[in-house]
Amino acid sequence: MKFGIVVFPGSNCDDDMVYTLGQLMGQPTVKLWHKDTHLQGCDWVVLPGGFSYGDYLRSGAIARFSPIMEAVVAHAQAGGPVLGICNGFQILTEAGLLPGALLRNLNRKYVCRNVYLKPVSGRAALTAPLDHQRAYQIPIAHGDGRYYAPPKTLAQLNHNDQILFKYCDAQGQITPEANPNGSAENIAGVCNAAKNVFGMMPHPERAASPLLGNADGRPLLDALLRLQPALVG
Amino acid sequence: MEALPTLETARKLGLLAEEYDQICQILGRQPNFNELSIYSVMWSEHCSYKNSILWLKTLPKDSPRMLAKAGEENAGLVDLGDGLACAFKIESHNHPSALEPYQGAATGVGGINRDIFTMGARPIAQLNSLRFGNLATDRTKWIMRGVVKGIGDYGNAFGVPTVGGEVYFDDCYEINPLVNAFSAGIVEVGKVARAISYGVGNPVFIVGSATGKDGIGGAAFASEDISEKSTEKLPAVQVGDPFQEKLLLEATLEVIASGHVVGIQDMGAAGIICSTSEMSAKGEHGMVVWLDKVPTRQPNMKPFEILLSESQERMLVVVEKGHEAVIQAIFDKWDLNCVQIGEVTAGERLHFYMHGQLVADVPAESLVLGGGAPQYQREFKEPAYYQEFKKFDLATVPDVNGPDELRQVARHLLAHPNLCSRAWVYEQYDSMVGTANVNATEPCDAAIVNVKGTNKNLVLTVDCNGRYVKADPEVGCAIAVAEAARNVVCSGGEPVAITNNLNFGNPYLPEVYWQFVGAIKGMSRACLKFSTPVTGGNVSFYNQSVPKNAPASVESAVFPTPTIGMLGLLEGWENKMSLTFKQPGDLIYLIGRPVNDLASSEYLYSYRGVKASPAPAFDLDYEYAVHQVIKALISGKLIRSAHDVADGGLFVAVAESALHGQLGGQLNLAPAGLRHDAFWFGEAQSRVVVTVAPAQQAGFEARLAQLNADWLALGQVTAQPQLTIGHDLILTLAEAAELHLGTLPGYLG
Repeated sequence: MKFGIVVFPGSNCDDDMVYTLGQLMGQPTVKLWHKDTHLQGCDWVVLPGGFSYGDYLRSGAIARFSPIMEAVVAHAQAGGPVLGICNGFQILTEAGLLPGALLRNLNRKYVCRNVYLKPVSGRAALTAPLDHQRAYQIPIAHGDGRYYAPPKTLAQLNHNDQILFKYCDAQGQITPEANPNGSAENIAGVCNAAKNVFGMMPHPERAASPLLGNADGRPLLDALLRLQPALVG
Repeated sequence: MEALPTLETARKLGLLAEEYDQICQILGRQPNFNELSIYSVMWSEHCSYKNSILWLKTLPKDSPRMLAKAGEENAGLVDLGDGLACAFKIESHNHPSALEPYQGAATGVGGINRDIFTMGARPIAQLNSLRFGNLATDRTKWIMRGVVKGIGDYGNAFGVPTVGGEVYFDDCYEINPLVNAFSAGIVEVGKVARAISYGVGNPVFIVGSATGKDGIGGAAFASEDISEKSTEKLPAVQVGDPFQEKLLLEATLEVIASGHVVGIQDMGAAGIICSTSEMSAKGEHGMVVWLDKVPTRQPNMKPFEILLSESQERMLVVVEKGHEAVIQAIFDKWDLNCVQIGEVTAGERLHFYMHGQLVADVPAESLVLGGGAPQYQREFKEPAYYQEFKKFDLATVPDVNGPDELRQVARHLLAHPNLCSRAWVYEQYDSMVGTANVNATEPCDAAIVNVKGTNKNLVLTVDCNGRYVKADPEVGCAIAVAEAARNVVCSGGEPVAITNNLNFGNPYLPEVYWQFVGAIKGMSRACLKFSTPVTGGNVSFYNQSVPKNAPASVESAVFPTPTIGMLGLLEGWENKMSLTFKQPGDLIYLIGRPVNDLASSEYLYSYRGVKASPAPAFDLDYEYAVHQVIKALISGKLIRSAHDVADGGLFVAVAESALHGQLGGQLNLAPAGLRHDAFWFGEAQSRVVVTVAPAQQAGFEARLAQLNADWLALGQVTAQPQLTIGHDLILTLAEAAELHLGTLPGYLG
């Protein structure tokens, strides 16, 4: 499975993604420069974390206009898989590839810490293979991570089984206390209706090596490899 | 022709009369205003170290690992083996942060990182050391919120993890907060870029952000006391743009890797004039610079403004002639300015032109530290308080009165701003970007950061207890080095080298200078003992306020705060040691000697209200011996956790290990003959709490006997989530956590 990791100016988790998918998981990876217009035959496109274009206007608001994004949108519309993490998730919502928006954290502070996630969707490729009874410890690091969607959209997300993860406590209970940023329904990640575009605020690539004391993110990333691009859509 | 400035103007720019005379002598004529401005910033304390350099030269600088010694490059460079080196340094941004906390702190982070990547090293870890006034005042809350957000916003976007730091509060920092930022980066040996200029005809480029009027005279501003007039200097504070810095990082590393860079230096204090003069002086060449070519943010900037501007995210690059296009293409790729503004000339003079007119003509050598910049021997005098502090008599302080008061003190200390959890601060920093922070789920006494693709780990810590240094500069500063080394050793690392950030009051006050001299002596002694040379750092004087209706004195200076940033090395992961309790049933021991000492402890200072006492009990040789014991226990796989006893004393150390491990502790009573308060809350140095698996007990004790070490059985780790002493419940873990975690959010929201 060939992974293309998009590098916007200000991306800062691109190297971490390349390291995790390439070095730790042995997958072919290539960096896709934001000024380029083709995807170099990648099966997967990954939009990494960071502060694209400084994110001074609104997180992800400028990145969606990058030349590379035209190709990413076309890839997604053709059923090709796309994953956005953190800033990547923000960009995907700005680009209209995922529903909802990421607003400023409720306490108006950037927050970086380990949180727990509960897989929700039984049909999305990213979460289907995971243990739905388990709480996965994955770090977050963001200032604009409060997932918002209008009630109608939330109802659709639930109905279509598009909610990937919810913030929970160590025991897997989805409680208000376990919600680190005020996200609607504790939502930490969603996919589109066709289930080929995935976005999440937490960083599985930061929890993919036992040397870092936490490999809970590895099963999430392993799930990417099970998605056969030809079967999507 | 404008009239030449007078001595009066020189004075207003912060120069002394004799310095003005010296400038006239160097130039063989009276300086014009541009030239006078140049000397005023280059000879300011901030750039010239004129009042500190003679003492800094006495610090130990040598070790087989040193690739660039103190003062040779932008940061010290240490050999890590296998062809890799670590560039690391700490730097202050105290004065800007006092006036504009957010930008002051943000640009401090930007500046220290540029010092690292201008050498070709990619930063992989940041730390910071902060001091604020009374947390209950609105001013301190405003400063602290701004500083933490400034560090976070800049460092987070820049994409280098902030992995450690320290925060203390004391009234002495009310007017003058301290903001010291540390960065460490990795570079291949042999690929290090230098801050040098040579080769007649080589083009000189300015790259990165455009030059604006922000930060003009910032270096000179950082070289005076803070007064009510200081807010008039707001334009002297720079504005940071971490997005530009991130692009500049990537472009700079690419340009250096191209192999066509002769020399490169970031523009920090004193802007273009500092980079051009320091690089030229080092390369023993001259430079012609066309100031009108410099991209500016606003029209009609004057020559001195362009020369002195401290606009951030800029670099000066000298390129091999004929390879301009390679450099230009890289900066174009990153959408950054890259403009040729001059070229290298023979001779050693700097010629600055504006629209074809020569506006300044100065010899580079005369401007720089180690060249013509002044060096002063300042007088120093023991302050009266020193002997007063020594008169402290332990007998005048009552011991804690039974378990009730023990409980009360435990609660006071766990919740005290100086000892409580720093989660409110560090959760605003991205600590995990880079996927190299080894203790993201399990804290150690020092931060451990993997050098990607290798088995090497940097072990990093910043430490200083200014209260100890005030009580006794020589002992207190030696303790700062010792504590840093202890933190590295307790994490499984080997201390390698230090960088220092010397924060003091006004050096023209002999009592303040006495504190400085004492600290340098203590640092020297300790660094020699631990074989950790000083690789460089930063001096920040004038952390001093001027009381209304009274002259500035040693009492209106901040605590002398020589912050130590230590680099340690951990090869492999075998010896990595964390501070958390691991298993119920594990045995808790104290390594080191309990003593009847309360001097300068938080307990004595804030619970008993005794402000005057000497530095805590400390013996450098004994400290070193304890480190060797801890190393032997770790490499012998005999302990499961190690946590040094520092501020707050033994009880706080045990509570921290318990809280992070989410396990309780059943502790024995204080040994006979010791005061309860001294045993639990005293801050005598050279002590470490360790835990041992029951199956290892015999081997552990045998090893200690073999090493002839002092030790004491303290109790046992328990599944029951509470801390007990003897038969008395002191705190449940839930109570402890609430006290410990609640303080900073309670004040700061």
